[in-house]
Amino acid sequence: MKRRNFIYLSGVGAGAMMLPDLSAMGRSIDQEIALETVDVRVKKELADAALTVAKAKGASYADIRIGRYLNQAIITRENRVLNVANAESFGVGVRVLANGCWGFAAGNTVTKEGVAKIAERAVAVAKANAAAKIGGTPVQLAPQKGYGEVSWKTPIEKNPFEVPIKEKVDLLLTANGEAMKGGANFVNSTLFSINEQKYFASTDGSYIDQDIHRIYPNFQVTKIDASKGAFETRAALSMPCGMGYEYLTPSESEKVQGVVTRYKKRYDMIEDIRNATKNASEKVASKSVEPGKYDLVLDPSHLWLTIHESVAHPTELDRVLGYEANYAGTSFLSLEKLKSGNFHFGSKNMNIVADKDQPGSLGFVGYDDEGVKPSRFDIVKEGVLTNFQAIRDQAHIIGLDHSQGCCYAQSWDDVQFQRMPNVSLQPGKTPLSVDDMIKGVEKGIYIVGNGSFSIDQQRYNFQFGGQLFYEIKNGKIVGMLNDVAYQATNQEFWNSLVAVCDERDYRLGGAFNDGKGQPSQSNAVSHGSSTARFNGVNVINTKRKIG
Amino acid sequence: MPILSKQEAQALLKKVLSYSKADECEVSLRGNDGGNIRTALNAVSTAGDISTVGLAVTSVYGKKAGSATINEFDDASLEKVVRRAEELAQLAPENPERMPMLGPQTFKDSIQYNEKTAAITPESRAEMVAKSLEVTKAANLQAAGFLENTTTFTAIANSKGLFAYEKTSDVTFTVTTRNAAGTISGYAARGFTDVSKLDTASATKVASQKALSSANAKAIEPGKYTVILEPVAGAYMMENMFRFDARSAEEGRSFLSKRGGGTRLGEKLMDDKVTIYSDPFNTELPGSTWNGEGLPLDKTYWIQNGEVKNLSYSRYWAQKKGVTPVPGPSNIIMEGGNTSLEEMIKSTERGILVSRLWYIRMVDPQSLLLTGLTRDGTYYIENGKIMFPVKNFRFNESPVIMLNNVEALGKPERTISVESYRSYLIPPMKIRDFTFTSLSDAV
Repeated sequence: MKRRNFIYLSGVGAGAMMLPDLSAMGRSIDQEIALETVDVRVKKELADAALTVAKAKGASYADIRIGRYLNQAIITRENRVLNVANAESFGVGVRVLANGCWGFAAGNTVTKEGVAKIAERAVAVAKANAAAKIGGTPVQLAPQKGYGEVSWKTPIEKNPFEVPIKEKVDLLLTANGEAMKGGANFVNSTLFSINEQKYFASTDGSYIDQDIHRIYPNFQVTKIDASKGAFETRAALSMPCGMGYEYLTPSESEKVQGVVTRYKKRYDMIEDIRNATKNASEKVASKSVEPGKYDLVLDPSHLWLTIHESVAHPTELDRVLGYEANYAGTSFLSLEKLKSGNFHFGSKNMNIVADKDQPGSLGFVGYDDEGVKPSRFDIVKEGVLTNFQAIRDQAHIIGLDHSQGCCYAQSWDDVQFQRMPNVSLQPGKTPLSVDDMIKGVEKGIYIVGNGSFSIDQQRYNFQFGGQLFYEIKNGKIVGMLNDVAYQATNQEFWNSLVAVCDERDYRLGGAFNDGKGQPSQSNAVSHGSSTARFNGVNVINTKRKIG
Repeated sequence: MPILSKQEAQALLKKVLSYSKADECEVSLRGNDGGNIRTALNAVSTAGDISTVGLAVTSVYGKKAGSATINEFDDASLEKVVRRAEELAQLAPENPERMPMLGPQTFKDSIQYNEKTAAITPESRAEMVAKSLEVTKAANLQAAGFLENTTTFTAIANSKGLFAYEKTSDVTFTVTTRNAAGTISGYAARGFTDVSKLDTASATKVASQKALSSANAKAIEPGKYTVILEPVAGAYMMENMFRFDARSAEEGRSFLSKRGGGTRLGEKLMDDKVTIYSDPFNTELPGSTWNGEGLPLDKTYWIQNGEVKNLSYSRYWAQKKGVTPVPGPSNIIMEGGNTSLEEMIKSTERGILVSRLWYIRMVDPQSLLLTGLTRDGTYYIENGKIMFPVKNFRFNESPVIMLNNVEALGKPERTISVESYRSYLIPPMKIRDFTFTSLSDAV
């Protein structure tokens, strides 16, 4: 990386008058600093200093996370670079158990003395809660073996932070140019790159050094029809993923051809924005949907969000228990429904698996944020609820003797808590292509890409929009529809799942910033599926006029 | 160090500016000091204390700008951050939208700071939470809640002589009360500049009463109903509309865009009873007295008697359009009326009382159509009386359409949006023909 290449474009348009939340954004840094790492021996010494103090002050368990979080954002509009920002956040979070209560403290004085003070504060917080008798039931931790000194790295081919900024800017501006050439009125494009350098150590004897990468290219094309006073947009069909810059190297073998091209492990941004520009114009001219019952054929670029909201969130154990009741809500699922062993979430075609070890996914890690090696587990098998997502202090509640490795904190200064792993619908076992699936639909809508989404606080009633809606009549796509949203209740919807295409169509979608907790934290997570068919779903028309 | 006085901040910013060699330089400083307690199942689940301070420098050569930030404050570090911003600026491409920095402006003193709120400690937070938990334990209910206080100072100065400073403090408390079986639920939200106004026990009592009165909710058909929106519901419904941006309207991609081009400025878009303004000097909901461009903020009407009165213009867009810049709102206040909640209920033949809304998302930005659900206390009204609790509804409605259907307004109350955690001053509203599209079994 040539330093000047970065400097040439950095800081553009970054007005400093209103500072962003520095603790969240980190401090802006040069590209070269982004490529530096902290010596693992230094991190171990710091970790030992903190853990020793925590134990000496009375902690029965302690862990420390030394985190260095790098974010790079490149933001463009039409032919202009609005911002290029490299941000770094570096600091230490210490979590302890003392007198049966959790305590947490964090700071960015990353010296032996600094981390010792942080550990001391964490123990003081735990003891204060215990003394005030507002700590609740004493914490019960599932056993976890220490792994000793180990390391893990996202298997990327090209570190995005090593790619010259100019190359990335050129890509985005070329994409914008294609949109404007194609008749777009406005276009915004962005590229976000994340590198989490996380060191975890605990009194169990683990010293885990991880280097985690995620990338997210996106754009939005807007087409306006001033005479009608109408405008339509189409966002990228890219997906955020746990990959390096190689994701942005187009490959024919990773394209899914059809009514619009979709992408697997390689993304062609230029091709997608050309298609998006055409699609935005088509949307402005398309006919408004007739409300009623339709068979829905849902592409993985759309279905991931439905899985996220209707399956992944309600199977989080902390929601089931009521920990999110004041904010993100609870769950329609319960411990009793799980224990019954016969709670039918969906049809027999519904097989849902949780994992954090799927290559290319956003949740892919070697160890979670309490030092647990994640494993793959079933959540729903042939339609029946089989498990919840749990961490170390929850495992005993569902009769497990081990954590399921679902613990995550968005940064070193946030306490780690239960967050969803990748949660995915498994492909059908019988050979079935998308074309064959569409051929069997008499009256349906094929939905590609995610749009608006809303679900109630117990995850029963939902409404989803999308990017592109294609009308299916008698087994054929006959045109584009507009103003489409579908509403259903959770179990009713999953029980209407009649077919899932086979593994040839399996793709990942994902959420780059999924919010939960108070104060709210973000988590990145992928959801995989093949195209799936849901029969007889209620579709509404969302067209309204104001004034 | 997190909270600096005006004099301390000014001295530090002057020192940083003295290192500048650029055409223009702007320095801003911000510090936060605060903490929080989160509860679930009638116990503390997490608690934290956060203190941060940071400084940002923007250096400008012509239309080229570079920014750098730092959180070390020795002289060498301060000079280093200025040099870095200058280095970045010299190598940056020109930004055609870059405006020259403003010279000195006159800012009235902000009224956002309160000593008592700034003096909140982990112990006083614990006491406030303990009082809330006493209420739920006595009622045999379970609380999940969140209490957070923040004290912030912000200061800016530039090489053209602009200087602005303000200090703010606030405290928010939200609580959801449920029974162990999870078959009932109630909610309350409070936010104040002055912590002495916060009574966590009385707020929890309101949430508990809501929960207890929500038992055995009945299902009724979705459709168009007269609704009475309590302020917390109204705020969350309307906040998607509180961006009165001229640029997006003139570009044709806003609900304020006019068919055939132009904006709806000056048009009557809502009911006569609707007046929405911002006022940094409102004592109940004080706001920032200057914006990110260094412009002073004062009382500005956005909607007056239903008419679009002002759109916000950045300095760049105002220059391009040949108009005076209009800074965007730093707070939002909606004028109310004299109708009490009880009178609204009494005058309703058939309607729904809505305590809280949830998971509101944009369906169509052109009409501002939103979808979302009711939550934590939804009741059926018939012949002027609350008859029984009802199951929750999903709605599909636009706040613009809704504000054309206003029947009555009550006294504005300070309230918190459920999701953005922003505070607003909003009246309870009685609205006709509000569109519910389906039922939800969620509690």
